[in-house]
Amino acid sequence: MPDAVADAPRKFTLQDYKTDVHVDWCPGCGDFGILSSIQQALLQLQIPPYKIAMISGIGCSGKTPHYIDTYGLHTLHGRALPVATGVKLANHELTVVAVGGDGDGYGIGAGYFLNTGRRNLNFTYIVFNNGVYGLTKGQASPTLRKGLKTKSMPEPSIQEGINPIAVALGAGYTWIGRGYALDVKTLVPLITQAIRHKGTAFLDVYQTCPVYNDIRTKEWYAGEDIGRPRLRRLDTEPDWDPVVKDPDDPDEIVGKKVRALQASYETADRLAVGLFYKVELPTYDDQLAAKVPALKDHPLVDLPVFQRDVTPLFKELE
Amino acid sequence: MIGGPQGGGINSSAELYAKALLRGGLSVFANIELHSNIMGKHSYYRVTAAPVPIRSHVDPVHMLVALDEETLFGDAGERKHYPSHQGHVHQIAPGGGVVYDADLKIPAEKFERTDIHLHPVPYMEVLEQALIGIGRGGQGRKYVVMRNIVALGASIGLIGYDEELVIEVIRESFKGRKAEAAEMNAAALTAAAAYARAHFPGRLERQLRPLPVEQRARRLLIKGVQAVGIAKIKAGLGLQTYYPISPATDESVYLESKAPDFQMTVVQCEDEIASINMAVGAAHMGVRAATSTAGPGFSLMPEGLGFASITEAPGPVVFLWQRGGPSTGLPTRSEQADLQFALHPGHGDFPHIVIASGDIDEAFADSFESFNWADRYQVPVVVLLDKFLASSFWTIPPIDMSKLVVDRGALYQPTNPDTNGYRRHALTATGISPRALPGTPGGIFSTTSDEHDPQGHITEGVENRIAMMRKRMGKLDVIAREIPESFKYKLAGPTDADLTLISWGSTKGAILDALPALDRRKVNFLQVRLMKPFPAAEIGKILSVAKTTVLIEPNYTGQLGALIREQTGIQADHRVLKYDGRPFSRNEVVEGVEAVLAKKAKEWMVSHA
Repeated sequence: MPDAVADAPRKFTLQDYKTDVHVDWCPGCGDFGILSSIQQALLQLQIPPYKIAMISGIGCSGKTPHYIDTYGLHTLHGRALPVATGVKLANHELTVVAVGGDGDGYGIGAGYFLNTGRRNLNFTYIVFNNGVYGLTKGQASPTLRKGLKTKSMPEPSIQEGINPIAVALGAGYTWIGRGYALDVKTLVPLITQAIRHKGTAFLDVYQTCPVYNDIRTKEWYAGEDIGRPRLRRLDTEPDWDPVVKDPDDPDEIVGKKVRALQASYETADRLAVGLFYKVELPTYDDQLAAKVPALKDHPLVDLPVFQRDVTPLFKELE
Repeated sequence: MIGGPQGGGINSSAELYAKALLRGGLSVFANIELHSNIMGKHSYYRVTAAPVPIRSHVDPVHMLVALDEETLFGDAGERKHYPSHQGHVHQIAPGGGVVYDADLKIPAEKFERTDIHLHPVPYMEVLEQALIGIGRGGQGRKYVVMRNIVALGASIGLIGYDEELVIEVIRESFKGRKAEAAEMNAAALTAAAAYARAHFPGRLERQLRPLPVEQRARRLLIKGVQAVGIAKIKAGLGLQTYYPISPATDESVYLESKAPDFQMTVVQCEDEIASINMAVGAAHMGVRAATSTAGPGFSLMPEGLGFASITEAPGPVVFLWQRGGPSTGLPTRSEQADLQFALHPGHGDFPHIVIASGDIDEAFADSFESFNWADRYQVPVVVLLDKFLASSFWTIPPIDMSKLVVDRGALYQPTNPDTNGYRRHALTATGISPRALPGTPGGIFSTTSDEHDPQGHITEGVENRIAMMRKRMGKLDVIAREIPESFKYKLAGPTDADLTLISWGSTKGAILDALPALDRRKVNFLQVRLMKPFPAAEIGKILSVAKTTVLIEPNYTGQLGALIREQTGIQADHRVLKYDGRPFSRNEVVEGVEAVLAKKAKEWMVSHA
């Protein structure tokens, strides 16, 4: 791969991560906060834009790759994770960030949300979680709680909303966090940590949809009705320690998962944000490289695979 | 033919035998029929051998080897309505023989055949004797699994084949720590052959002997899944994704077993939606990516194919091993009924390539070349195969690979890595835009499953839409022009035939082998290979001068016939169809064609299995 540019010392600016494509989200959309946070995180990490692949699903959040000047695949509804997996398997030198909405990831893509956690390939998954299907005009998403009715729903939801952090813990994600779209200051470091994590990092981001979610508004998150913010920052709690020190100690793993699980359940006036759980475990990439040692030093796409000598395979059949 | 309960060892004995026949210079065709079941249900393996090349099976059996009673008489006794089969005694050719376990104590009258030779062999007793000979007396019960080798040995004794060739193959398949098992199996085989020769001397009319050593050419005994797997390795496969499904899994498992040696990645996915989308993602990164599946899995792939096509991904190549449908259908049986589905795998108009392989050489060539097409035209490719091709063993001379060329298509090389002028979907005369490999400085692009502009950004504008539809769909014309004729169709026999048989896929072998039996007329055979883009002009030209046409297809509706009529306006005069979930045998082709002509029928169904 021609790498002359990568070798030259160069400081990337925020502009290098922006495109000139018109951003067509609604005014006041929480997505702006997430977009800006991703761009700032990439800037802080100084990853060359051509070494990044942004992969998205379908919905408002799906448009994100068009606004970030990196390689981008805007895929199908619910399929961002399998595509991101294929991308990373093909070229593990790329920093891969998959993004999607809560309907995309926890509804139509739920199977991939689970199974991606099982693999622990080295990439990041960020979910824009706003409780509604915005682009189709506000139907209930898989995270909308039972009994709630946003303004475009004819009737309140009669099925329960899922707890994505709990699901991620069960699926095996090795870095699990949650942020808030309008709090860019804490979201940027969460994204940088997630990208730096070796393994699949999952970051759920509470996101306001000012047009269709009239329940979880900016004011609601700010707790204007109860006189204090609803968001509880885990990292400000004195005894919060979500990082597993000894990955070979199942008691520590289960103990930390149980604490993360407890913290992940929302109450009417308390929602936790921050890092819930982190453990360093062998990645899928590591395990593939154990089988094919060349993958340690080269991505799959660079291996000399064409016109392989297959005569031994035919010999077996004589 | 060897039959028995699933898990009873018919595969290993039939495959040992087939290999031993190959080593003796014979041409072998071996195909299995099995139930979707792990243990117990009836399955059977046919091994057909001849000193001349063969590529199909026949229904009459000259030597039946039964591991159980059901193989002889079927399961009618247990199943009142629609027994799953009638056993195979009725299929034995006059003068043929049957080997079965004497311990079953079956009275000769029960066979209701006076024109065949009965060879009851006491399997356990012979096994015990063999074990005594190698110092393992009294352990017969422990090695009861070796009854299959006893049965095979007896049949080899009867037909007079060289048992040393079988023992040679046994020793090769039980190496290292299993070497002791090889000697036990060899002893059982020898003892059984000796028993058969001693008790039933010289009764069979048909004997099978190896060719003289100097006449034995170098050949391979190969299954479709192996041919496809090797071709993919040769072509530079990087990533193979799959979800377990009969009959496609064997191909992926084969590749997985070779992955460390050939630096490939094989991923077992959570479903076929993940399989196709992972492959699309990898293809966009520049890796040659493939996925293998059967009809039910392909049913989950349409959105992924549309995504690959609208984003102009260089692939993936989808290997569709057809089986009996619809829905779960007949998971382990044969049918070619996914053609129309493969042609229309999704909503909207989009370009892709569909090619159907008819034999091992074509499966190899198509698998290799499909990756070139995927890269060159930036479209997904579907290779249509089936269970019969997947799991049958064919005898072929070594494949000529000297002319195989890898073509990665047009790649974008940025002149200045700092500029941002790259257009991934640039409008060009051919509709093909040079692709950048992600990771390349100066090659940054976005693409999307939404309609997009040349830069890959979403747009719903009318002019762009028209230009993009023409760009993508126009690639089909380029493909149709550039793909060589041998990948489009094959015509066997004289061009001025009185009778033209039309078919596709693995039915090819039975038709080619049936041609000599139909040669009272001047007959030829048109095998259609490229299904999309369809070679309408070439096929139309051949069929417009054909005198009488008979379409032969293993499906209910005559799917190729519908395609030909759609593309050329020509309808076949007669159709011979088969939808019993079993492949056409050579004699079924003959019978069907003769029947449809004699009765001047529009349509005739055959089912002999």
